[in-house]
Amino acid sequence: MSTDLTKLSAVEIAGLVAKGETSAVEVTQAHLDRIAAVDDRVHAFLHVDTDGALAAARDVDARRAAGEELGPLAGVPVAVKDVLATRGVPTTVGSKILEGWRPPYDATIVQRLREAGTVMLGKTNMDEFAMGSSTEYSAYGATHNPWDLERIPGGSGGGSAAALAAYEAPLAIGSDTGGSIRQPGAVTGTVGAKPTYGGTSRYGLVAFSSSLDTPGPCARTVLDAALLHQVIGGHDPRDSTSIPAPLPDVVAAARRGAGGDLTGVKLGIVSEFTGEGAEPGVLAAFRESVDALAKLGAEIVEVSCPNFTYALPAYYLIAPSECSSNLARFDGVRFGLRVGDDGNRSLEEVMSLTREAGFGPEVKRRIMIGTYALSSGYYDAYYGQAQKVRTLITRDFTAAFERVDALISPTTPFVAFPIGARTSDPYQMYLADLYTIPTNLYGGPGISVPCGLSDGLPVGLQVMAPTMADDRMYRVAAALESAVGTLTPPTL
Amino acid sequence: MAAISREEVAHLARLSRLAVTEEELDTFAGQLDVILQAVAQVGEVAAADIPPTSHSVPLTNVLREDVVTPCLTPEEALSGAPDAEEQRFRVPRILDEDVAS
Repeated sequence: MSTDLTKLSAVEIAGLVAKGETSAVEVTQAHLDRIAAVDDRVHAFLHVDTDGALAAARDVDARRAAGEELGPLAGVPVAVKDVLATRGVPTTVGSKILEGWRPPYDATIVQRLREAGTVMLGKTNMDEFAMGSSTEYSAYGATHNPWDLERIPGGSGGGSAAALAAYEAPLAIGSDTGGSIRQPGAVTGTVGAKPTYGGTSRYGLVAFSSSLDTPGPCARTVLDAALLHQVIGGHDPRDSTSIPAPLPDVVAAARRGAGGDLTGVKLGIVSEFTGEGAEPGVLAAFRESVDALAKLGAEIVEVSCPNFTYALPAYYLIAPSECSSNLARFDGVRFGLRVGDDGNRSLEEVMSLTREAGFGPEVKRRIMIGTYALSSGYYDAYYGQAQKVRTLITRDFTAAFERVDALISPTTPFVAFPIGARTSDPYQMYLADLYTIPTNLYGGPGISVPCGLSDGLPVGLQVMAPTMADDRMYRVAAALESAVGTLTPPTL
Repeated sequence: MAAISREEVAHLARLSRLAVTEEELDTFAGQLDVILQAVAQVGEVAAADIPPTSHSVPLTNVLREDVVTPCLTPEEALSGAPDAEEQRFRVPRILDEDVAS
């Protein structure tokens, strides 16, 4: 068979496997070969689990041969961000402090991926502890954007997004605390969806900011993302913040949207996110897509969300505060690195040396910012005030969704920037998440879908929907995709 | 005026159990100052009467039936430990000798 299996969508792969026109092993081997051919240039993967992937693929083929009914993604390879615990498979979170750690259990999402018959290829690169917007803060080296290898693939989930754009995997898992699924999707021309907070399980997700962290699907098409969302989503009794309600039918919504009819759908452009701060090329691609959405029948209005302006500073107080507490568990006692235990040093000295050696600069900055914002003299002015701003941002969303069905904006203010351009000024890096952060503070779903090019680099459009209305964002995103098409990266 | 001094950053590093170097202190002091001045913008919002939001999912006291479910074996739980002894995590001494004796 001459079809290049790595260029197919997950739906197409699953169809061929189900009909017996190819095998899960063939599909998996094709992707492992692709990884071997290009990943020395892309560096999307921190660990490739060749043996585990082929064993999982053989299992799918055997079950199919035995006449077993398989799920809609059976035999489809998936790349998993290194933030999720994978039993027996190295899990580093992009940090030296967990180098060599092999978790004794699977995250719920990983377990659901296995039960669905997907084939885990390996673990993808990320900014250390998911703190960053470029994957340059990985302790294991940057990932390169397949559209231009000198540019960043976004972050923190740049590895997952780059793996898709480089055709190393048709599906990937990410996690989104302030935009870490959507922004990499935007700058690599792929689809990234942040589910409603609590709609996907955090069990086995290494915690960064527990009230914001949301794992979710990454893919090259909206329908593929919806299918992956359906496999991983839904209530998990092992996550006490998991919403005990059925997941909306995101797959049906994506299929409906692909029909290209948005009659009766009212979309609001967030007026705060289309002014200064965004690159002209990003705004031009966004405006063209808005016209396309209008042609599909959507009614478009401008909506002001005045408190969104304060989302970035509020986020950079709340997330570091939660991280300074969460990362206290990395103390060199139960897992990972231990430094300086020479029999003479105290526990406290060993902890301090271990954390100093194990954490990179961005993680240290955020731990210290969080420690500052939570200290008694500054708590009210910083962390307390940020929590109040969070309430006001939620009220902006609630008021907006009384007027419109979904909000839209560019996903990120700028296209993929050159590697090294923003690492010396941490706050410049934070600006990459300007448009994605409000959704995290509110807890609703958001998706980035490719909407065009600016100087040959991908631009993403973000759709934001009310909490537990994930289906709505898939319908709009699929409709836009039907109008503007998917983006094809240059050949590597 | 700087939002944070080099001495305060050194104090934060101690509280955070980070044995930072003198060189790092120089770098971090400037960077944390820029970040703190920027995030201080939240203070511009009139929010005195606004209740804080700590979490978007209003769930409290999630309970389950008190039944035993599968869990890690002691060997699995200790498998990633830098040091273990008699089915326990082994840590450096936590008491000074004069206190311990």
